[in-house]
Amino acid sequence: MVHTVNDTPVCAEQRPPLTRADLKADKPTWCPGCGDFSVLAIYQKLLEKKNLPQESIVTLSGIGCSSRFPYFVNTHSVHFIHGRILPFATGLSLSRPDLHPIVFIGDGDAYSIGGNHFDHCARKNVRLMVVVMDNQVYGLTKKQTSPTSPVGFKSKTDPWGSKVTPINPTKKLISSGATFVARTAASNPNHMLEMMEAALDHDGFSVVECFSECVQFNPGSFDAAVPRKGGAYPPVPEDHDVTNEEAAYALTREPFPGHFGIYFKVDRPTLNETEGGLAESPTSDTALKDVRQQLEASLRQLT
Amino acid sequence: MTSFREIPPGTAYAGPETLNDAVIRIAGNSQDGIQSVGAMLARLAGRSEMDVMTYMTIPATISGGPSIFQVHMGSGRVLSAGDAADILVAFYQHSYDDHLESLRDGGVLLYDSTNVEPDLDVLRERRITPVPVPMTSLTIEILGGTGKKKGKNIFLLGLLAQAFRLDMEKIRRLLGEVFGHKDESVLRNALLALEGGYAYSIGDMQSFFTFEEPRHEAGEAGVTKVTMTGNQALAYGAVAAGIRFGAAYPITPWTEVMEQLRYDLPRYGGSFIQTEDELAGIAAALGAAYGGVPSMTGSSGPGLALKSEAISFAVMAEIPLLIVDVQRGGPSTGLPTNVEQSDLNLALHAGHGDAPRVVMAAANVEDCFHLVIEAVRIAHEYSVPVIFLSDQAIATRIEAFPLPDLTSVLQFPGAKPETVDSYKPYPLDRITRHMPPGTRITDGKYPNVTGLEHDEFGHPSANPKVHMAMTAKRRAKLEALAETLPRPAVQGPKAGELLLVGWGSTMGVIREAVDRAAASGVEYSAIHLRHLNPLPPGLEELFRRFERVLVVEMNDRDANGCGQLARVLRAQYALPHIGGITKTDGLSFRIGELLARIEETVGGHAVFVGPAVSHANPNH
Ligand code: SF4
Repeated sequence: MVHTVNDTPVCAEQRPPLTRADLKADKPTWCPGCGDFSVLAIYQKLLEKKNLPQESIVTLSGIGCSSRFPYFVNTHSVHFIHGRILPFATGLSLSRPDLHPIVFIGDGDAYSIGGNHFDHCARKNVRLMVVVMDNQVYGLTKKQTSPTSPVGFKSKTDPWGSKVTPINPTKKLISSGATFVARTAASNPNHMLEMMEAALDHDGFSVVECFSECVQFNPGSFDAAVPRKGGAYPPVPEDHDVTNEEAAYALTREPFPGHFGIYFKVDRPTLNETEGGLAESPTSDTALKDVRQQLEASLRQLT
Repeated sequence: MTSFREIPPGTAYAGPETLNDAVIRIAGNSQDGIQSVGAMLARLAGRSEMDVMTYMTIPATISGGPSIFQVHMGSGRVLSAGDAADILVAFYQHSYDDHLESLRDGGVLLYDSTNVEPDLDVLRERRITPVPVPMTSLTIEILGGTGKKKGKNIFLLGLLAQAFRLDMEKIRRLLGEVFGHKDESVLRNALLALEGGYAYSIGDMQSFFTFEEPRHEAGEAGVTKVTMTGNQALAYGAVAAGIRFGAAYPITPWTEVMEQLRYDLPRYGGSFIQTEDELAGIAAALGAAYGGVPSMTGSSGPGLALKSEAISFAVMAEIPLLIVDVQRGGPSTGLPTNVEQSDLNLALHAGHGDAPRVVMAAANVEDCFHLVIEAVRIAHEYSVPVIFLSDQAIATRIEAFPLPDLTSVLQFPGAKPETVDSYKPYPLDRITRHMPPGTRITDGKYPNVTGLEHDEFGHPSANPKVHMAMTAKRRAKLEALAETLPRPAVQGPKAGELLLVGWGSTMGVIREAVDRAAASGVEYSAIHLRHLNPLPPGLEELFRRFERVLVVEMNDRDANGCGQLARVLRAQYALPHIGGITKTDGLSFRIGELLARIEETVGGHAVFVGPAVSHANPNH
């Protein structure tokens, strides 16, 4: 029996709503106090709130502490190789427009080993939501420098402190052509939920850059953005025009911790739309007769 | 101008000669359109129920520069692009200089007398018949100034039509199909040039070559044939196989496959995307395959090397995927427009860890269509990546083969989302068949698809027993597949002195070499392997029935004289009488060359190695 899913939950009425309990899977293996717990909790809350058909959600990740994510949430999920989950998710998004692919990766996947793919997904505007759990360190491999580690950061690969200018994620994403760029922090669950929801609702490539503290190898790194630790959590100014690229760049140039909220949001045709042939689900074999006629015609031209 | 009839007696070959096959080599520059006239000849031969195979060189320079196209057509079975040419068409002096050696003694030299001055003494000595035709000036006469560059090739087509008594009606129709969609004047000019060539008197050449009535193998009479290159066949085959998503990066000589699929797949509700790099190509294809859509990626050697990490993922996560490698000369950037079979090691082993995958190789253009259908079926039946090897020779040559019966070959192995009670992606008691995302699982336990070692539900596990059991599961399915594979058919005696083993594009040459040896009383046997991993059953037993087994392949030898496949077979069956005949000149084997190499290796036999041809680069 084929069960068709699409953007509107078809069985919402007949089915009990999706609950946090439905979405629970393996017990997370993160260090106690890791920022990733909060991201997971908010993701489950988001899914509960959106009440999407559970089978239509696909949680995808690369490699790293944060990329353990899929095991901890009960949806169809993929734990792929380091750096390549964005093209993987592109293939899935294009070929299965009925699904909701959501990617959770760390700063290594996003800005280092897979950096090229981020730029190309952004310019192609693939219909895909990505949450980058940025802890500015490589935690899984026990403290090496990450592409977002600040200058002076001491790690096992930079014992004298990093000398290299870190990537500015939001700036890079806007310049690559991303159509939704927001910034949030795991320390602020309500804001995180708001950003993730806006990203999920965006039709196109949406990225949420999310500070998620590594308490083990980079403790206190985001204190400057945590009010109860004496920091500040300045929102994006109310009068910021999210469609104004220049204004968005201005925000990306603010000193740490910068602003939190939606920096940039524009509408542009998605790759999914422009690759229109995929609009009809290719998972149907009812068209085999048409395939035969088409292919027969093509081959006969070569007789 | 010397006309054909004025050649002094004794010079011309004392025809008429009845041929059952003929090799025509056209040598000119790449902008002369000789590829297209060659392709048209090939299609005509296909339509005339003649068998045909072509060979061409792509000049290293992007435009300009010498270029050749060789057509081998015949009324019998044509298996290779042929050795020596029966007719050489030379457009320029350099074409004549470079290719006269490839023309057999007693052959015909058809040349553009506007540009070429042959050495008549040499021709007389080699009993070559010169046929001067002022092609350039005649074409200009017919078409006006523009004819200098365009139209000469069609004029030549008319000449050849006259010489071989080709069906002019069919040619006119073909020109209509090729040029019909362009400006009206283009077709009109083409027809004018054609008629001009057809009407130009080349005298007795007609009586030199007459084709035998087509001889058909049982059941072949009246079969409609399609004529195309290997890359075209691969793209059509992929559609027939059910492929509806592809992602790849351009690289010679693979690119045409993705170009055609980019254009064609949307008409079948699919899509083929060009990705930012090779890694993204395989990743995107895996993403779509995970989604239940039959998917592919492809490349040539350098790209396959880049894809290797994801190949290991596909093995571990058990995702069905078609991965095409159109091989070229390596290593590194190597010889991008030459042929080599040196990616076998890579295809068998690319990736980290124990990563068993299926490797298959097309033997000819027809295989690119039919075998790729089998490759995609196997990928889905066994949830495994299948590496499909073609090569530059198959990719670019044109062959005719029977129009496929689509009703019997079409398939769609995609997986559709359903509702199931419970689901384990990696069951230990049977072969993995993934339920795609979108599948509703009523017991509420959703699966992980992962590159970490995992239990039956896809949860990470480093438990020694789990890793052993899962490693065995991934190995065992290929063992199960091996049992289903057909034993390769043996050409020649089933036991004896020498068994030749081939794979990939060498098939036709090996077959013709065995036939030619048999004709001179020497019995060799041959098999051709399409399944390289797992290997088909029965090989060890077969190998033991021969005194010597030689694997013929276009790659480099080891200390034992073994190429890449020979090493695999020697290791697999621990049989020291397996050896190899290898070469690394970037060119396909020729029949005479192969027979000479066999003699060199086994010694003793006096096999007729064919007409005296230089074994140097056939481009020259
Ligand atoms: S190492 Fe750091 S990032 Fe990884 S789980 Fe522990 S706290 Fe979290």
